[in-house]
Parts: sequence; structure tokens; C-alpha cells
Amino acid sequence: MSAVFVWVETVAGAVVPLSQEALGAGAALTAELQVPLVALVFGENAAAVASDLAADEALVCEDETLTGLRLEPCAALLAKLVRERQPHAVLAPGTIRGRELLAFSAADVGASLQTEAGDIVLQSDGTLQVERPVYAGKLTLTASGSSGSAQFLCLRARAFPPAAPRVDADTPVTRVEPVLGKNDIATKIVEVTSSAGEVSLGDAATIVSGGRGMSANPAQPPPDAPDSAIWKAQHGFEHTLTPLAIELGAAIGASRAAVDAGYIDYAHQVGQTGKVVSPDLYIACGISGAIQHQAGMRSSKTIVAINRDPEAPIFRLAHYGLVGDLYEIVPALTAALRARSGAG
Amino acid sequence: MHVVTFTRSTPDTAARLTVDADGCVSQGDAAMVVNPWDEYSLEESIAQAEDQGGTATAVAIGPEVHEEALRQALAMGANAALRIDDPALAGADSIGWATVAAATVRRLDDVDLVIFGKEAVDVGSDQHQIQTARLLGWPFIGAVSRILELETGAGSMRVERSLEHGKQVLTCRLPAVISVLKDINEPRYPSFMGIRRASRASIPVWSLADLEITLPQALTMEMKLEEPPQRLAEAELLPGTPAEQAAALIARLEKEQVL
Ligand SMILES: Cc1cc2nc3c(=O)[nH]c(=O)nc-3n(C[C@H](O)[C@H](O)[C@H](O)COP(=O)(O)OP(=O)(O)OC[C@H]3O[C@@H](n4cnc5c(N)ncnc54)[C@H](O)[C@@H]3O)c2cc1C
Ligand SMILES: Nc1ncnc2c1ncn2[C@@H]1O[C@H](COP(=O)(O)O)[C@@H](O)[C@H]1O
Repeated sequence: MSAVFVWVETVAGAVVPLSQEALGAGAALTAELQVPLVALVFGENAAAVASDLAADEALVCEDETLTGLRLEPCAALLAKLVRERQPHAVLAPGTIRGRELLAFSAADVGASLQTEAGDIVLQSDGTLQVERPVYAGKLTLTASGSSGSAQFLCLRARAFPPAAPRVDADTPVTRVEPVLGKNDIATKIVEVTSSAGEVSLGDAATIVSGGRGMSANPAQPPPDAPDSAIWKAQHGFEHTLTPLAIELGAAIGASRAAVDAGYIDYAHQVGQTGKVVSPDLYIACGISGAIQHQAGMRSSKTIVAINRDPEAPIFRLAHYGLVGDLYEIVPALTAALRARSGAG
Repeated sequence: MHVVTFTRSTPDTAARLTVDADGCVSQGDAAMVVNPWDEYSLEESIAQAEDQGGTATAVAIGPEVHEEALRQALAMGANAALRIDDPALAGADSIGWATVAAATVRRLDDVDLVIFGKEAVDVGSDQHQIQTARLLGWPFIGAVSRILELETGAGSMRVERSLEHGKQVLTCRLPAVISVLKDINEPRYPSFMGIRRASRASIPVWSLADLEITLPQALTMEMKLEEPPQRLAEAELLPGTPAEQAAALIARLEKEQVL
């Protein structure tokens, strides 16, 4: 009996949203293949979250070596389960951990791996054909695995509809044993800092991004501010963009120029050398729209640009353009949204 | 102490690309540059080697066009460069590639650490580095934002990595493979002397026979490369005072059910 495996990533014991997309993609595939969908959940709290997943079965390992989802024990376990059950395909969210896990164990079991996979097409010989953006999104590559070995896929974020939640799903849970003992593992997690409270760029349905234009803040820096442009931009991210983001439930993004100038942390950088995002709504404020920035946000569903230069390249990509000073438009937008949610 | 980085050349990211009927990509007269993510891995490997009085070696796998990246590495201060080239490489997939990379690392002397960039910005798939580690049987830590301690004598290091939902600090036995992100350092500019030295250096080339390996059968088939459909419409510009612009935008987003 073959199956489709979906690795479900958790952070601090809670399922990350992109895992639901992987389950959604898995459900579509198992319907076509007529095989069961098997969820794999490792680490702390695995059994509790597993029973609520939209899957036919869950394989669960809560051994303490898997806490924090360290790569080596997770990959060894995945490889063992693949060897035992010979699934048709193994899906995982295209997160850092998802990619590492699938690449590591694909090497163990001799499976093909496609990353950033969107649009999975099952072909008559059983191979899975997928598309992914290459050359910074300027081209699309179509590739497939080969039949006769498991096909591993890391999915592009926000490219698949999430699985419908199952209330009282009571998914049958099978406990499995770890493969590696404590002393077989060369790495050790010694400290964890969580930003789980913030909306993360990869999951966000809405992103509000700021660029070099953030330094045009009319607010006056205090006399002791070491650099007035940095102070103005940081103040703008905090007091102008953040209120809009809160109103929209959005994550904060940034251009590389803003990051390199020290306005905001690299974790927020969108683009070729930052994060690739694909929210429903992307609002670019004071960003010119260089090709390398576009590489990170081009696939957003609706793009809004706020820029005082009507010639900025971002207006050739955006759906809606608001030409003007972001420090006037963003507060007006925040106020209008607030009035709307107050009235609604 | 010996640090190895793998790097290659990629088209200048602003290059306009065209694809012909055979799926061959052409970038016109745009330059090849060192893969942008590798500026950080090169810098880190050179800085760590300098720190420890060790050696930094840069390796490219593939045709001569990748010498561009190796000369950049030498100009920045890498101690040695090496290219692996072989006609058989043309059909390799990522496991094939990792087989070559792992064999190269084994062939080099006493490697403590292999540092990769995050991915190749052209057709990279962000898996080569991970599979190289696996084939070496070494631990892998990706998305490293800081090397906090590197003790080659004791055979251990401590690093910080940045995940989607926070940071982790890990300790790790050496030898190991890591990949680094942009926030790990500020890459240096090559010095004039460095560039001169690099342009004169002769870079050895090894074949698969030199490595005494053959490639495993490729499991991934690349089928076609094409330009995605272009969006035709220009942005709809929303005029008026900021308040009017805001109201017009909200109306449109409501209609599209984005809000
Ligand atoms: C290899 C490589 C990789 C790169 N990777 C990335 C990447 O990952 N992400 C990325 O973003 N960039 C990347 N870049 C950099 C990219 O080329 C651009 O330099 C960068 O995106 C520009 O950022 P920006 O739009 O914020 O700044 P600018 O291009 O300076 O644009 C600022 C904009 O703000 C507008 N503005 C100013 N004041 C106001 C105001 N008060 N109100 C409204 N608008 C205002 C201006 O009209 C202008 O259009 C990369 C470059 C290279 C070479
Ligand atoms: N042919 C190659 N030679 C040397 N390094 C490479 C090669 N291909 C990829 N790399 C490096 O491996 C890392 C991951 O690349 P990729 O898996 O292709 O996205 C990047 O740092 C690349 O520069």
C-alpha cells in the first residue's frame, strides 16, 4: 500500500500555517492517486496536534531528541519511514526546516527533490511535474521526479489552498520510535529565541513594506540622535508603517536599501537576497521597485505602491498606485481603515 | 584549520533574459558575477581562516565561466581555488552534484568546515549544500547568521541560526557544513593587489576521474524553461488628496475582497 506523506512542521508545539497548505496539497494528490494521506509529526506536543490534522493517519514521534526539530534525528526518522512504507510522494512546507529535512533524507533514500514547487501535475507514469520560478522569477522551470523512487516536494509558500480544518478529526495516531540515540547526534540546541508572537513574512496574508523613502520622515530627530536619516526611518517604521500593519494584521517588510542603511533588521528584507513572499496584499511604501526587490514579491496577488515619483518602476508592477508622500498617504490610509473597522 | 566554500558564477541579476526554442537561456551581453549569496560565504570563510591562521579554499563545479567566481574569491583573499570540470557533469542533478562536492571535500586536506551561500540566484534549488553534508556524513546547519565560537582544536563550534519564527543557538561537532545568510557579515571589497594576484593565478582543474568517482543516475528531469505570462495592465493610479486616495484604495480592495 502506497501513500502520500506530509511532514507537518510545528513551532513550539503548534502547527505552522504553511503545514496546512502542505496538507491541502497532499489531499488533492491523494484524491487523484487514491492512496491514504499520512501526516508525520515530530517533536514536542506532536500527538496532541496530530489527532486534529486532516489526514488518514498520523505517524508521531515525541522522543526528546526531536525537540526543536533538529535536522539529523528528524531526517533519519523520515528516511526510515520512507523505506518502510514506500510512499509515492513526500511533501513538506518550503520553510527552512522543511527544505533541510527533505534534502537530507532524499539523499539517504535516493529520492528526487523539487523545491519551491507550485502547481503539481500527476502524469500518467506516476511522476509529479512541478513548476518553480528561477532566475529571480524571470523564468519558470518545469521539472519532474522519476518513477520508481519516492518523489520529495517542498512547496512554495501560499501556492496551495490550506486543508479545511477538521473539528474532532480523531485522526488515528501511530507512535514511531526514533532512529538516532542522544549520543549519535552531532548538534545540540542550546538556546531558542522565539518571535512566534509577530506575524512572520512567509505566512502573512498582508505585508506592508518600507524602503529608502522611509527616511523622508518629517518628524524631527532629538539632538542626541547619532544619524538623523536612520532615526527618521526607524521612527517612520515604528510610528507610521506599524500602525497600518496592525490595522491590517500585516507583517512588516523592507527593501534591501532600507536594511543596508540600518533602518530595519535583515529579517524583514524582501527580495532576491532576502525573503520571497507571496501575500494576498503587498503594500510597497517608498520603494522604487528594483528588479531584485520584485524577485521577492512579484507573485503577490494584489500589489499597491505608494511612491512620490510617478516614474518609479514599482508602478509598472503594481495594481494600484498612490502617487504622493508616504508620510501623508499612509496615515490617511490607517485612519480610514480604523474608521471602517470602527463602523463595521 | 581548513575552510572550504563552494561558489559559482551567475548572470548579473539585472540581466534581461531570453529563452530560445530549445530552452537555452541567453543573457545578451550582461556580465557573469559571483553568485550574490556567496559573497557572504566567501567573506566568512576568509575571515574565519584569517582568524585561526588557517586556509580558505574556494571550489567551483562546472565549466570555465565559473572561474569568474573563483577569481573574485582569490581577489577577496581566499588562499586557493579549484575547479571541477567534466563532460559528465552536464546531466547531473542535485545528488550527482553533491556526490562531486563531497568527493572534493574528502580529497582536500583535513577540512574542518564547509561554508555555502544560501542558494544560486539563477536555477539554484537550495539543496546542494544539504545533500553534500549528508553524503559526507557531516552535520548541517543552515541559515546561520553568526559563528559565535569556532574551536578547531576541540572540534566544535557554536552558531546562531535565523528561522522563520525566531533564532536558535546550536553547538555542533566538527567537521560540519553550514550555509550562511546575508546578515552574517559585510563582504570586503577586493584590494587592488588582490585583484592583480587573482588575475594571474592559475586555477587547477580536476576531473571526475581525478576524484575517482562516477555519478549516480539523475532522478530529476528538467523539462522546460519559459517566460512566465506577463501582466499586461499598468497600475491604476488613484488621484486626489491623501484621504481621497485612501478611500479609493479601500473601495477597490473591498471590491476585490482583499479586505
Ligand atoms: C545582487 C543584488 C541583490 C539585491 N537584493 C535585493 C533584495 O533582496 N531586496 C531589495 O529590495 N533590493 C535588493 N537589491 C537592491 C536593489 O537593486 C535596489 O537598490 C533596492 O531595492 C532599492 O531600495 P529602495 O527601493 O528602498 O530604494 P530606492 O531605489 O532609493 O527608492 C526609494 C524610493 O522611495 C521614494 N520616496 C522617497 N521619499 C518618499 C516619500 N516621502 N514618499 C513616497 N515615496 C518616497 C522614491 O521616489 C524612490 O522611488 C539587490 C541588488 C543587488 C545588486
Ligand atoms: N556548480 C557549482 N559550483 C560551486 N558551487 C555551487 C555550484 N552550484 C551551486 N553552488 C553553491 O551551492 C549553494 C547552494 O546552491 P543551490 O543549491 O544551487 O541553490 C550556493 O552557495 C551556490 O553558489
